[in-house]
Amino acid sequence: MATRIEKDHSRFRNIIRGRIKRNLRKYITSGEMIGKKGRDLVSIPVPHINIPHFRHDPRQSGGVGQGEGDVGTPIGRGDGDEPGAAGQGEGQHILEVDITLEELAQMLADELELPNIEPKGKKSVVSEKDRYTGIAKSGPESLRHFKRTYKQALRRHLISQTYNPKDPIIVPIHEDRRYRTWKTKVEPEAAAVIMYMMDVSGSMGDEQKEIVRIESFWIDTWLRYQYKNIETRYIIHDAVAREVDQQTFYHTRESGGTVISSAYKLASQIVRDEYPVEDWNIYMFHFSDGDNWGEVDTDECVSTLKDQILPVVNMFCYGQVESPYGSGQFMHDLVDHFPEAENLILSEIADKEAIYPSIKEFLGKGK
Amino acid sequence: MDKIEQDIIAAVEEIKGYALAYGLDMFETIFEIVDYDQINAFASYGGFPTRYPHWRFGMEYDELSKSYSYGLAKIYEMVINNDPCYAYLMRSNMLTDQKLVIAHVYGHCDFFKNNMWFSKTNRKMIDDMANHAVRVQRHIEKFGEEAVEDFIDLCLSIENLIDPHSVFFEKNGSSQNGDDFDAEKQSLRFKFKADKEYMESYINPPEVVEKQQAEWRKRQEDTRKKYPLTPQRDILLFLIQHAPIEEWQRDILSIIRDEAYYFAPQGQTKIMNEGWATYWHSKIMTTRVLNDAEVIDYADHHSGTVATQPGRLNPYKIGLELFRDIEDRWNKGKFGKEFNECEDYLARKNWDKQVGLGMEKIFEVRKMYNDVMFIDAFLTIDFAREHHLFAYDYNQRSGYYEISDRDFQVVKQRLLYSLTNWGQPFIFVEDANYMNRGELYLSHRHEGVDLKVDEAQDTLANIQKIWSRPVHLETRLKEKKTLLHFDGKEHKVREIE
Repeated sequence: MATRIEKDHSRFRNIIRGRIKRNLRKYITSGEMIGKKGRDLVSIPVPHINIPHFRHDPRQSGGVGQGEGDVGTPIGRGDGDEPGAAGQGEGQHILEVDITLEELAQMLADELELPNIEPKGKKSVVSEKDRYTGIAKSGPESLRHFKRTYKQALRRHLISQTYNPKDPIIVPIHEDRRYRTWKTKVEPEAAAVIMYMMDVSGSMGDEQKEIVRIESFWIDTWLRYQYKNIETRYIIHDAVAREVDQQTFYHTRESGGTVISSAYKLASQIVRDEYPVEDWNIYMFHFSDGDNWGEVDTDECVSTLKDQILPVVNMFCYGQVESPYGSGQFMHDLVDHFPEAENLILSEIADKEAIYPSIKEFLGKGK
Repeated sequence: MDKIEQDIIAAVEEIKGYALAYGLDMFETIFEIVDYDQINAFASYGGFPTRYPHWRFGMEYDELSKSYSYGLAKIYEMVINNDPCYAYLMRSNMLTDQKLVIAHVYGHCDFFKNNMWFSKTNRKMIDDMANHAVRVQRHIEKFGEEAVEDFIDLCLSIENLIDPHSVFFEKNGSSQNGDDFDAEKQSLRFKFKADKEYMESYINPPEVVEKQQAEWRKRQEDTRKKYPLTPQRDILLFLIQHAPIEEWQRDILSIIRDEAYYFAPQGQTKIMNEGWATYWHSKIMTTRVLNDAEVIDYADHHSGTVATQPGRLNPYKIGLELFRDIEDRWNKGKFGKEFNECEDYLARKNWDKQVGLGMEKIFEVRKMYNDVMFIDAFLTIDFAREHHLFAYDYNQRSGYYEISDRDFQVVKQRLLYSLTNWGQPFIFVEDANYMNRGELYLSHRHEGVDLKVDEAQDTLANIQKIWSRPVHLETRLKEKKTLLHFDGKEHKVREIE
């Protein structure tokens, strides 16, 4: 029976993911991905497919409720469905719930089918753990499993009819002995550093920064889930780049021109000084509206990327946020210069809706 | 058998005894003890162990298991209308909860067995659901998963287009217009009786009679060209009988229809059924079962069941309170001419003739009524006031649903309206040979609320896929009579006078 529901369930999930039955896609409704901020508090996405029916327009039909309040007291927002003509079963209300970041990452992975990251370098193996997992017929006496040995001896006595309930003496012989066995599990403890770079020039508005914030939250969640030791560094730049803390990163609004190469140079400087390539998995994310200051600087960026950054990083991700002021030229330049770079990932983020596929582009390669 | 099962079996025996002593009359009830994952799976299938494969059960499961694993909701009771009834108890619930659920379930079983609106439902539905699954599976093997599932999607889009009352009538059309072809009766039509023969030509002038008869014959012929003769509400049946579809599709359509009819009475009696079950779990638990240690847990759970949220009518609560109100009124004799005509507030309030008919009355009500009749007959102005009922509407300007009225008549009308046909629109097949081109003409009986147009168009498109000729739906939008078309390629909306 379990398998039957699993089959229906996976069919449903496949529809939601858009793999099959695209005609149903327009009927899918879903909750938001991030709830009200806060580190651990999120709303769970519960996708739903509404098969169309002949039904009344909820805006016209109204209903009957129970409770206090004068005429004119609002009881529910009108943008969703009706407030519920009759309640369903007991306590069936969806709340925001506390869940851990780990669970969140797992859900993200399920949703986007992210592959686990394979950390580079074997030097980072640090811990070995022994687990007692099985039973064997031979082993050191100190690991003898008394109960199993006794049972085995008892069984032998019963079969050979030498067991006497009135005088229940059990004498184990060599073949009866059972021993615990163990396996050694090697747990790689890789370390990683994430560097976020953001263009904070005049053309990046609040909406663009909101997108960057949401996207980096999810990237952060995912990478934290993958690595035990993780460090984050933040760089903002307009015409010059500087390193800042997280708070400043998300809230500064600078103005002025855009010199992207300044950020790239600073980032590669930090890596050179503090994060030796052989010990660290390095991730860089750069968000901008793609409006760089002249071709000269773009060439500078390209050469920095080619010579200093791409050889050392696991991934360099460039996310271009669409803005009414930006030309978006930088993206095209990168495409022209690096048509085949393996660890350079580019993604255009038109609006909040596009965050979802963009995360998938960034993290979908398992690097 | 472990301790949990022993405890539950003892509780079932005990509570069954109390239920019978109170006069409940149930089908034999089989309790299955299952773990949370199984109960989610069962619940996704509407309580049935076997249903045909379809993604929407998976969707149900997705939602249930998510809300369970994040601690948002869990299923306490689930019982299916079948003889014997099957009910599920979740192993991890504590014993007090199990007892409450058992008592609640017996309330439902009694209702299933005795309420007349359930009298025509299939009591071997577990078997039939399993048969449906086999039939659908066979079609899948022959025609492919995609094709079958797509067709089921279409059918589900129109599964509400049935006529729940039709099960109480003879098959329609059998004895229709039998006398139309009786020549003697024909000749008498449009003639008055003339006592004296010589008066005949004055009372029935031949040319007038002939003219009327000719007109009538023409009308008859016109209607005979048209089918169905009268508007038909069971659109699923109509499509099964007349739509040009493959045999397997016909089979699936009739499976969907069977199941829709099976579930219909549960929609018609939601308030009563839950109210009745809640009434009995409350009665049995508080008067017989509870020991000191269990009271707090019981009270906590019970109040969760009947809790109300603003803007939401909890059927458990309303049903329970109405049954209690009826019991109280009939115990005190608060009914009949004398009581209704009494206008003295205090006298009405303290009215007590000690007639003690309450218990008898609620048993009668649970037998004869459905939600619409129940609310119509027993929702009194005193009740509405005491329970703070209100009507709400959508306010275009603020974008909120707002309380719009507390007037008793308005509230009652609104509630009745939302219960009639489960608050869904009435749609009929008017003409299946519209314009003599084999097009399907449906009509919506407008009762003050427009249809949601985008969904209506999508649904129309689904019907078109089954009917394969163009389809039309006559409705009213913003006060104007409107015709929605779909011809297989594009939608049209046209006002008609």
